[in-house]
Amino acid sequence: MINLISSPFNPSSPQASSITNLFYVALVISALIFIIVTGSLIYIMVRYRSRPGDGEPKQVLGGKGIEIAWTVVPLLILTFLFAYTVYTMQKADPSPDPYQQPDILVIGHQWWWEVHYPKSGVVTANEVHLPVGKRFLVLLKSADVIHDFWVPQLARKMDTVPGHPNTIWLEADKAGIYLGACSEYCGTQHAWMRIRVVAQPQADFDEWQQEQLRVPATPTVGEEARGAQIFQERTCANCHAIAGTIANGRIGPDLTHIGDRQTIGAGVIENTPSNLAKWLANTQSVKPGSLMPDMRLSDSEVNALVAYLEGLK
Amino acid sequence: MSDEIRSVTGGDELVVPEPTETTSAIWESEGLFGWVSSVDHKQIGIMYLIVTLFFFIVGGIESLLMRIQLAQPNGTFLSPEAYNQIFTMHGTTMIFLVVMPVLIGFANYLVPLMIGARDMAFPRLNALSLWLLVFGGLFLYFSFLTQGGAPAAGWFSYAPLSEKPYSSLTGMDYWAIGLLITGIGTVATAVNLIVTIVALRAPGLTMRRLPLFVWMVLVNSFLIIFALSILNASLVMILADRFLNARFFTPASGGSAILWQHLFWGFGHPEVYIMVLPAFGIMSEVIPVFSRKPIFGYEFVAGSTVAIGLLSFGVWAHHMFTTGMGHTLDGAFGAASMLIAVPTGVKVFNWTATMWGGSIRFTTSMLFAIAFLVQFTVGGLSGVHFAAVPIDWQTTDTYYVVAHFHYVLFGGTAFGIMAGAYYWFPKITGRMLSEGWGKVNFWLMLIGFNLTFFVQHILGLIGMPRRVYTYPNLPYWGILNLVSTVGAFILALSVIVFIWNVIISLRRGKPAGNNPWDAWTLEWATTSPPPAHNFDSVPPVRGRRPLWDLSHPDEADKGGLADG
Repeated sequence: MINLISSPFNPSSPQASSITNLFYVALVISALIFIIVTGSLIYIMVRYRSRPGDGEPKQVLGGKGIEIAWTVVPLLILTFLFAYTVYTMQKADPSPDPYQQPDILVIGHQWWWEVHYPKSGVVTANEVHLPVGKRFLVLLKSADVIHDFWVPQLARKMDTVPGHPNTIWLEADKAGIYLGACSEYCGTQHAWMRIRVVAQPQADFDEWQQEQLRVPATPTVGEEARGAQIFQERTCANCHAIAGTIANGRIGPDLTHIGDRQTIGAGVIENTPSNLAKWLANTQSVKPGSLMPDMRLSDSEVNALVAYLEGLK
Repeated sequence: MSDEIRSVTGGDELVVPEPTETTSAIWESEGLFGWVSSVDHKQIGIMYLIVTLFFFIVGGIESLLMRIQLAQPNGTFLSPEAYNQIFTMHGTTMIFLVVMPVLIGFANYLVPLMIGARDMAFPRLNALSLWLLVFGGLFLYFSFLTQGGAPAAGWFSYAPLSEKPYSSLTGMDYWAIGLLITGIGTVATAVNLIVTIVALRAPGLTMRRLPLFVWMVLVNSFLIIFALSILNASLVMILADRFLNARFFTPASGGSAILWQHLFWGFGHPEVYIMVLPAFGIMSEVIPVFSRKPIFGYEFVAGSTVAIGLLSFGVWAHHMFTTGMGHTLDGAFGAASMLIAVPTGVKVFNWTATMWGGSIRFTTSMLFAIAFLVQFTVGGLSGVHFAAVPIDWQTTDTYYVVAHFHYVLFGGTAFGIMAGAYYWFPKITGRMLSEGWGKVNFWLMLIGFNLTFFVQHILGLIGMPRRVYTYPNLPYWGILNLVSTVGAFILALSVIVFIWNVIISLRRGKPAGNNPWDAWTLEWATTSPPPAHNFDSVPPVRGRRPLWDLSHPDEADKGGLADG
């Protein structure tokens, strides 16, 4: 089930919930101040509008008492808000043990996400799988410019900064698909650098990891075999890796289990055979500016590649 | 420099060097050349206003193009490359070629008049600043004609995206050099304004009697000197990176991507106050006059400005809470950023208290000022949200932040500028702007602005990042964006109404007379428009409101003011 409303007010982890609580407090305080300011302005506009024949009103220069009041009262409110802020920082983003190994490594690329599970060796892209109720430490790196990993329902956002690795905690209370996106402008296709976090029960997660580690059989007959051959011949392998073949490029996403993924092009289209054909035939019209060039494939080559790639599960 | 100042302030007598030719007929007879070659602060001020209006229209058209593209999901009106260039140019234009210089334009025109001076301290430097702005702006826009197109790394040009490997075409170079050109001019103007305010005040106009607009321009000018200097140095560094392989900001070769952010926001956050303090100044002139009361708590309004100015240099890293600086720095900058809300709140309360017990005249100028108070409060309160660090961890770089800073800079500053325009247009041109068209202008702008930007708060809170050229068809994203686009066109209509009002009022507006609003500061003591030499004689200044004292000799402002 996809959570289509992906909001800090729809949290699904203890970390995100703690931020939601702080946000509610801040909103209530803001609303009260806004009502006081606007309310007094409305009162003043009605009560003190000039009427014909009015002389000049009493000339008042100020008042020390009230100046102190409206300096000190906001200061007290802000002191409270700051204390709650510090408390929430600890809840939402507890500092990890410095020697703790990350459960997931996410590397931001122009314009897709590389995802590693260093403990199991799984490599995937644009989708992060999590067991429900378990807190994973995510190490965030960048391969090029600054990106930002943001899944509002689950965690704070954090930049992936080249030369400056960061970490966040990722956890989901309920199974489901959580949507996120790159939240730091990173160039032409910043818009289509979307994230899906798939939270699943532990057993399903373990099964998924096993599946991902399995090396897909190299097809030997039919369209799929022809596709496999085209994949190696038409330079796809220079940028992409497929386990069990000689393709080990690390410039584009690992395609070992591309058939399993939900979207193509970091969320730009759903992963269906016809969409994959569209992507292969004319990448630059589907995701203009993408670093994958148009490969000038014939229709029959495209069909063979689609058969091969969609079979990689 | 001190010799020059001494020579123009011979003791109490105000002796300003006169131009060698008389310029009294400059309005009618000298034509285009008279304007281009002018060193008169009023003409330069007017040219600032015209140039910034031009760039405002350009930046506004850019925003309409973006809103058309975003009106529906998966829009195809603009290519991603075109959209990214346009949003970069929109931000850069509005900040560097519109908001900052329009306020400098007001300061240029008004400061010498408000302090009873003949001109700015350095008239030629003043002209230089204007023309650096014009040509810096044109240089920046020339990038559209080059092969690589305009810059496309956003108005804050984060490294390493702005470095050669990721922005290999010339747009970034036009951006950096263009801003350097305007930046040098801006620093020069700040020096000019400071010297003018310190050295050329009329006899009796002590610092404690200075109109608040002038106070805020003074503080603002110090902010400009320190902040723009950081920017200018950073621009040289990025240019050195791009042309000389200096590697300041390239992590791949030992530089630091974060360093650019520290430097840029070291400029960029004071810049936010540079873009709002003079508007605070306009509020502090307009609200008292139309409430028929002196400003409530003059010392607190002036003092809070100084507090904001100082604090503004200690809050820059609140733009960087998601870079992974660690909780200690995040917390420290969060606290400092919350603190700055206190002097800002003091101002809002003082303006409100000024209206309390007054006799309020709802002129167009005053309507804009009241809308400023409400909208700026919204922007200020959402600003506090970003200082509460974890909220920033969710909302920064989303449409929530786009909504926030447009409430500050459009709902605040731009409405303040409109209040100032309706207030001082009679002084500048000798004719009143039409109040009828003014009301149409006001209501359209109020509705258009809030329709455009209020819904963007919600968009940010349902996950829409900023700076995306398109977006997926998720629930509510399409409809809220459509509402925002409709609002933007209403806003554009309000600007057309304003320009129409200016055109017809210039031709057949009601003659203004010297002091149409019955205001109290020195600029209203001379003719409208003022003569080239500004004043035949400056009235005596014995308090904060010299014209009030003249017309109410029995009720002259008392207290510590009489002999400040």
